[in-house]
Parts: sequence; structure tokens; C-alpha cells
Amino acid sequence: MPHVIEVQDLTKAYGTTIAVDHIGFRVEEGEIFGFLGPNGAGKTTTVRMLTGVIPMDGGSARILGHDIRAEPVQAKQRIGVVPETSNAYTDLTAWQNLMLMGELYGLEHGHSAGRARDLLDMLGLLGKKDQKVQAYSKGMKQRLILAMALLHEPVLLFLDEPTGGLDVQSTQMILAMLRDLNEGGTTIFLTTHNMDEANRLCHRVGIIRSGRMVALDAPEKLKAAIDRVHLIDASFDREIPPDALSGRAGITEVARSGDKWRITTDNPDAAVRSLLEASRERGATIISLNTLAPSLDDAFLRLTRGKEP
Amino acid sequence: MNPAGIPEQARRAWAIAKKDIRIYYLKGPVLIFGIFMPVFLFLAFFMGSRNLPFPFLYSGLLSMTLFFTATAVSPAIFPWEGSARTLERLASCPVTIPTIVLGDMIASLLFGIGVTAVALLLGLAMGLPLLHAATLGAAVLLAGCCFSALGMLLSVPPTNVPSNIMMLSSLLKFPLVFVSGIFIPLGEMPPWGMAIAVCSPLTYFTDLVRYAVTGTNFFPLLADFFALAAFMLAFTAVTMVLHRRTMPMRM
Repeated sequence: MPHVIEVQDLTKAYGTTIAVDHIGFRVEEGEIFGFLGPNGAGKTTTVRMLTGVIPMDGGSARILGHDIRAEPVQAKQRIGVVPETSNAYTDLTAWQNLMLMGELYGLEHGHSAGRARDLLDMLGLLGKKDQKVQAYSKGMKQRLILAMALLHEPVLLFLDEPTGGLDVQSTQMILAMLRDLNEGGTTIFLTTHNMDEANRLCHRVGIIRSGRMVALDAPEKLKAAIDRVHLIDASFDREIPPDALSGRAGITEVARSGDKWRITTDNPDAAVRSLLEASRERGATIISLNTLAPSLDDAFLRLTRGKEP
Repeated sequence: MNPAGIPEQARRAWAIAKKDIRIYYLKGPVLIFGIFMPVFLFLAFFMGSRNLPFPFLYSGLLSMTLFFTATAVSPAIFPWEGSARTLERLASCPVTIPTIVLGDMIASLLFGIGVTAVALLLGLAMGLPLLHAATLGAAVLLAGCCFSALGMLLSVPPTNVPSNIMMLSSLLKFPLVFVSGIFIPLGEMPPWGMAIAVCSPLTYFTDLVRYAVTGTNFFPLLADFFALAAFMLAFTAVTMVLHRRTMPMRM
């Protein structure tokens, strides 16, 4: 399967701070690739370099076969970009923003108008197409940005935290549209720090921390790498001190989590028995007991722990 | 279609120009620096210089009008768009940095020519003679391009605070008005004044406008056109090169 994104030794520094440090990866045609990492890890900087917004300091990136430094216009012509912050022109209406995009991508006016109408309808904005964007809510602006990115039918779509801070309705609408686009053949490069979103959407994920790639695999494989670790959340009807729980069979670590105790264990069966034993000894009743399978979040934390440069 | 080809990039520059006209040309700073300022300067000198003939003063107003309007918005567009993140939107589209700069220059040029045309019509209605219309038209077109490029040059510093750029812009524009023969005839300037005046593109445009409405000029007409063309090419080339370097710093 051909690679639509090929990155080698990509590097970017701001003064003495290295934002992206010699990273490399490939994205295959038709996949949803999640680019994960905490705030400040270098995700947005990477996307900006891959979309030709800022220059790279070292390495190379080929987008749809075009070197983004040597042939930026050819590469940009076939990609769509949804940035982290809505950047539609707020003094223009949604319709005017879309028509501007059509002209900037060299589309015929009739084609732009038809496509804009379809996209606005699909994203629930057609009724407000002639309203200035400054009156739009955050969710509406983000949906408009998605429409602007899709107007020219890109084969590769970059999204940088597309659902950050959005209401449930807008989030679900955008995620559903991304799934549909991918089923239609669009390759998606999704930057997020929402592990749940990445887990549900992505075929593969790359994890970046402090500018360096620390993992690159399918979400299930990353979770499998830490599957021996489980978490148990337990709450009691009265206060139980941590030393009454720690050191018992199966309990590796005890930590307070709100009104609950979060138990880390590599033997859930023994840990549950220990919790029952502790509650009996203290005359306490267990109010809730939940065993949590490792999540991508856990995988992320485990894979990056202690690797801070 | 070759998206990177000159015809296609020119079409996209025109789209950017239309967007600029729609969004930026009715904002406060434009009205203040582009229209009111030359009018107030003109009125101040008109009141204080009753012995100077009307065509002489009005030709100065026409020069100032084009100069102020063509440089009113262009310096602030990049900072405005940088702070609103819309510049990032443009940068992610299939357009080059020179295309974005050219689009902004076209919008400035059209705005400058439009407002200057209104000022000219008002002058004609007040009895201003127009002796050489073709010369005036060519001069307005060339000087408009030159001043638009100068405006974009002023926006090169990679700040996203428009007031910083407007201050820098005012620091350059106001002194130029006073050393370019608008209020003091070039022939009456001291040698040091002339030495400064020849370094200002506004001097050559003012000389051409004065020729068009009074029939007199200080420099040979060809020298005026040559100087304006040289300034225009230099400003355009330098602004394209420098924006390539500084635009990514605004992101």
C-alpha cells in the first residue's frame, strides 16, 4: 500500500528549545493515523511542518509524493487542514469563507457553490450560511472549518485537535463525518490528546513526547504491551487508611482518587480478595468496586513515563 | 491546471485581494490614515498658505491621498491576520507567500486608485484644471503600485500587534510628506532638503501630478517615471524576499 505521508528525521527548534526532535513515521493510504501526545509535546508543530505552514529545520517530509519544501503548492492542493483554533474569517459569512476557499484552490464557481451547499447541509450550517462567522458558536466555527477543509475533496486530511472543547453534539457530528470520509477513501492524520477518541477512530497511533516519538503501533497492540497491569477503583462507606490496604496480596500500589482508592495490581483476583478482607477487618462496607482494563491512556502514560529528556 | 503556475497563482492573488477589500478597507485605521489625514493636512496648509495657488495645493492633496490610502491598510493586514490566525489558513492553502503579498498589494492599489479618483473628481468640480490626463493616469498607476509595495514592506517585522506596525508606518509616512515637495515647492528647498527629497518616491509622484494640473514640473518627466518604476521594483523585490523570511515567524 503506498505511503501518503513519509517523514524522516523531522526536526524543528525554537531558539534553544527543540520542539520536534528527529522524528520519523509513515502513514499509509486509507488509514486513520492518530498522532498523540500531551500538551507541548510537538504535535501542532509537526502538523504545521507537514502542511507547509512553517519550515522545518531538518529532515524531510513527503506528502502525497511531493516534497513539502520543494513542491509545497502541489502538496497543499490535495490536502485539507483543520487547525487547532478556528481560523475562518469572522468578518465574512460562512458562504463567503467557503467561496474564498474555492477560489484559493482553483475550483470553478459552480462546483464550489454546489459542494459548499452540500457540506453546509451535512454539517447543519446551511440555515446560517449568510450569517457572519463572528456570531457562530465554537462548535459551529469548527464545523465550518471542517467544511472549508473538505471543499476541494482532499485525499488527505490533517486535523489538529478537531474536537477540543466542543459540545457533545458537534463532537459526535465531526467524528461521524471523519469515519464516513475514511470509509470513502480519505486518509486522515488526526492529532489529539484524547486517548478515547484515538482508540475509537485510529488504525494506528504514534505517540510523541517532548518532541520525540516514543511509540508507533495499533492501539490494541499498545494496550497489549501493558496488559498485565490492571486498575481497581474501590470505595467504602467509611474512611480506611492507605496502610490498611497496601502490602496486601495482589496490591502493588494504592492511591487516592476522589472519594475512592485506586489500586494498581498485576493480579486482580488476589487484589479483590484483599480488598474484601480489609473491609471486613475494618467493619466497612464496599460501596463500589470497578476493575478497569488498561486503556490507551494507560498505555500512553506507561510508555512515556520516565522518558522525559 | 498547474496550481503552482503563474496564471493560477495570479487568480488566487486576486481572490485574496477581493477578500482584503471586503474585510479590511472599512476599518477605523484605514479611514483615519487613508482619508481623513490627507484632508486635514491639506486644510491646515490651505488655511495657512493662502498665497499658494489652489492647483498647487490640490495637486499635493492628490499625492497625499494616493500615498496615504495605498499604504493605509497593507502594513496592518499581516499583523491582523497573524493575530486572528487567518494567516495560518492562507499559508495552508495552495498559494505561495509572494501570492499572498501580491493579493494584499492589489487590494491596496485598487483602494488607493479609487479614493484618489474621487478626490480628483471633487477637485475638477471645484475648478481644478486637468492639463495632462494620460500622464496623471500613468503616474497614479505606477505610484499606486510603488506605495502598495512600500506598505507591504512596512509589515515585514514579524509582530502580530497592528498598533506596533501602524506606529512604525506613521513614523515613516509623515516625514515623507513634508520632504517630498507637497507643501514646499522643490525649487524653494535648501540643498539638504533636496538631498532628502530625491530619496522619496512621493517626490516624483508629486512632481508628475503637479505637471498634470499646473503644467510645470521640476524633474524631467521621464526621470520621474523612471525613479517611480525603480522604487516600485525595489520595494516589491525586497518585500517578497523579506516576507518569505518573516511570515513563518508569525505562526
